[in-house]
Amino acid sequence: MPIHNDHIKEKLNAQFGDGIISWDESSDILSLEVAPSIHLKLLTFLYDEPTLGFQFLTDLTGIHYPDQPARELGVVYHVHNLKENTRLRIKVFVPIEKPDVFTTTGLFSGANWMERETYDFFGINFVGHPNLKRVLNVDEMDYHPLRKEYPLEDQTRIDKDDEMFGR
Amino acid sequence: MPEQANIVLPEGSLEKQTTTLNLGPTHPATHGVFQNILEMDGERIIKAESTVGYIHRAFEKLAERRPLYQITTLTDRLNYCSAPLNNMGWHMTCEKLLNVKTPKRVDYLRVIIMELSRISDHLICNSIVGVDTGAYTGFLYVMQYRELIYEIYEEVCGSRLTTNMGRVGGFERNFSNTAFQKIEQFLEEFPKVWKEFENLFMRNRIFIERTKGTGAVSAERALNYSFTGPNLRAAGIDYDVRVHAPYSSYEDFDFIIPVGTTGDNYDRFMVRGEEVWQSLGIIRQAYQKVQAFKGTDAEVYHADAPEYYLPAKADVYTKMEALIYHFKIVMGETEIPAGEVYHSIEGANGELGFYLISDGGRSPYRLHFRRPCFIYYQAYEEIVRGTMLSDAIITLSSLNLIAGEMDA
Repeated sequence: MPIHNDHIKEKLNAQFGDGIISWDESSDILSLEVAPSIHLKLLTFLYDEPTLGFQFLTDLTGIHYPDQPARELGVVYHVHNLKENTRLRIKVFVPIEKPDVFTTTGLFSGANWMERETYDFFGINFVGHPNLKRVLNVDEMDYHPLRKEYPLEDQTRIDKDDEMFGR
Repeated sequence: MPEQANIVLPEGSLEKQTTTLNLGPTHPATHGVFQNILEMDGERIIKAESTVGYIHRAFEKLAERRPLYQITTLTDRLNYCSAPLNNMGWHMTCEKLLNVKTPKRVDYLRVIIMELSRISDHLICNSIVGVDTGAYTGFLYVMQYRELIYEIYEEVCGSRLTTNMGRVGGFERNFSNTAFQKIEQFLEEFPKVWKEFENLFMRNRIFIERTKGTGAVSAERALNYSFTGPNLRAAGIDYDVRVHAPYSSYEDFDFIIPVGTTGDNYDRFMVRGEEVWQSLGIIRQAYQKVQAFKGTDAEVYHADAPEYYLPAKADVYTKMEALIYHFKIVMGETEIPAGEVYHSIEGANGELGFYLISDGGRSPYRLHFRRPCFIYYQAYEEIVRGTMLSDAIITLSSLNLIAGEMDA
């Protein structure tokens, strides 16, 4: 029996109150945005609380919204309660100048490489990570390629007029 | 240190007492491009460090510039042993975002293809475990049936390895009679071969001694490491996306989830072996369901979604709407709705997830692949610590690590 959204909301609102910035029920999975200061506490609570029991980390990834001042970079967690078969999506946003997010490797061993990947591509600094270094890109790289300031070349651009390799 | 007693060094020597061994990046036993730096004490591994990323191709970045139908070719190259599974998973993700409902016949045809590719994936994995334990024959013997599966792919979509099969909404064309004949042939001939293959290993003393008790992952550790698929089920957790969140009408099929107990190499081999039998059962059921469609129903092979599904060529030449849609789709000018979806399917290796964020426009704002291989390869360092090198090789192949999926 999937856990009812209202139960999750009630429990988390009672525990964290102001730390929860918003709820979103419009997409396929119940999702919430939380303040970076409490996100690790919230994930621990979700893990430990018997009626919630979100003990499986399905996915962890980053996202970049350059147009959101002071909260440009985000980390998205998908957690899953396998017993009740309920999924939950948690988002945390941090400023791009100081992208510090607490690591969840203490809760989930599987978060290790997922966080390294997110660091690699978005430059999010997972505070307390045991081995925070690049995982897919070369170590010498000095930028974080999935950020939006590195666009791929526009396939429809016309300013390049090469006679030999005309586009 | 008693473990290192076998290395005798002169008194006061500064030499280190262990050997550093590079397994990979291009070692035949890794069956893929990734490196393990092993710290060895004789034959025993005392520390392992894995390095990946040698074939990273920036799929997530590329996807941010491509219209949906061009991303299908990227998904082929994730787990290339079962490319159609990735394709179907991607199409279903798009359909979830675009709110396209596929007809039952499309679902069943997809189930046939998905289960065939699951078989071809498990076929490779299990026979490679055989190769690594010293039995080459089984590998060569079952290859002819992977060939037959590839012929079915070829008949359905025209290509074999990187299939780019299907479209958002269904298939690009109906299955031909030859395709159905080949599926029938497969259902008839393959079980005997698979039985023979299993007989070669299941009670083979050499095989059992090489695999039992090696490379074990407990259920707790497997869950904590976010394992999914056969590797998690071998540890005894019956999590299967096909059952937990049915997609493509899997709820219409009758099958069981095989589980192991100890999560060692032998259990992983057995779970995959049994899954092949279950997949065969599913294909049989799906085949019957497909054959039950008669008349015009038997001609349905795609959803009615003109905005996203390419119209028939004859219509493009004669009808205005079809011409417009054709142009818009080919030029990638179809706007996709804003939204956010996570869709996952039971890939051959575990939960293959697609996290798609769209802000409108022609291509996704962000697309993330949850790649099961990438997630469980990080556990390798822990699994092989303290084991023999020859066991570590078997562990590597029985986890079924596919470099393409790991690096994305």
